[in-house]
Amino acid sequence: MSSLDPRINRLDLVKTAQAEGIQPHQHWETYEVFIQAKRGGHHTHAGSLHAADHDMALIFAKEQFARRGVCHNIWVVKTSNVFALDTEDADMFADNSEKKYRNPGGFKVSDKITAYKKSQKQKAAEEE
Amino acid sequence: MKHAEAIKELLYKMGDDAFIMGHRNSEWTGLAPTLEEDISFSSIAQDQIGHALAAYTLLHEHLAEPNPDVIGFTRKETAFTCCHLVELPNGEYDFSLIRHFLFDHAEMLRYQALTKSAFLPLAQLAGKIIGELKYHILHANTWVKQLGNATEEAKARLQSSLNELMPFALGMFEPGKHEATLVQEGIFIGEEALKTQWLQTIEGIINQTQLKLPDTATLTPVYGGRHGYHTEYLQPLLTEMTEVFRIDESAEW
Repeated sequence: MSSLDPRINRLDLVKTAQAEGIQPHQHWETYEVFIQAKRGGHHTHAGSLHAADHDMALIFAKEQFARRGVCHNIWVVKTSNVFALDTEDADMFADNSEKKYRNPGGFKVSDKITAYKKSQKQKAAEEE
Repeated sequence: MKHAEAIKELLYKMGDDAFIMGHRNSEWTGLAPTLEEDISFSSIAQDQIGHALAAYTLLHEHLAEPNPDVIGFTRKETAFTCCHLVELPNGEYDFSLIRHFLFDHAEMLRYQALTKSAFLPLAQLAGKIIGELKYHILHANTWVKQLGNATEEAKARLQSSLNELMPFALGMFEPGKHEATLVQEGIFIGEEALKTQWLQTIEGIINQTQLKLPDTATLTPVYGGRHGYHTEYLQPLLTEMTEVFRIDESAEW
């Protein structure tokens, strides 16, 4: 069958028996991609992709998830090597009101104080 | 500008190689073997068009040549000085991968040498482009090592593309008229020196696979491109590529 796209016709694609025999999920494995925006920063999960091995996953990840915006480094991990809790057990994370003292609220306050100090400093610098 | 003709010769062939290679590689957009590879290879093609634009911009800004659009879209086929390697139509994916491997290794070494060029605007440009080429090389090497150590079919496909493309790849190093000036004036190390570096580099990668590098001593390089003689495939490519520009020179998208 000819296509409207001349490039496709030029390729003269012929369906092979091999291609037709492929079952779903009989392709490459998936890898999870983690992007580190800045040196020293956290690697943040960006998405997943298909690749034959980790080297290929890295070259794909670069264009797939880091071609726009800033990136310093990339991790890839086989999806099958990521272990997770059962989402049905999410209630184990439910906050227990009697144990507020265990919450990291203190850190949040210290972030706020730092931000306030910074803004005061900036204000002072601007006034100068 | 001293040695203007020699610098023009160098910039035109570099720009034309990148322009035609970028266009050929972009023909895979939407058709590459997997989604991930489609995005990666398209991005490489886009980089190459960018390298062409950069070379044409230097010609325009420093050597009084027309603006990059005019250079890219209005010249006759015989005014192009790209090598035949980049003109060849795409076949199957192994062909494009091997061409990308052979071409981008030469690009990397060429730009690395040019970081020391006596023509400073080109030396500065080379410094910027090397980062992009690093990715091209990593991409090409990864595929070649992956498939070059894979199934019999994969190895046979890569080997036959390598055998077919090697004489064309040697054509990248066809000397131009101003070769001696470029070397003497420290503008460029020259095609012969580049070829030696290139052969060493690609041999180092091929040796990590089960492929065999054809014996270059027995091959006849495919020359002509640097002097305006082209394959039958260049004109149809130019016709397709310049179609929009010929309809409307001010078209933007």
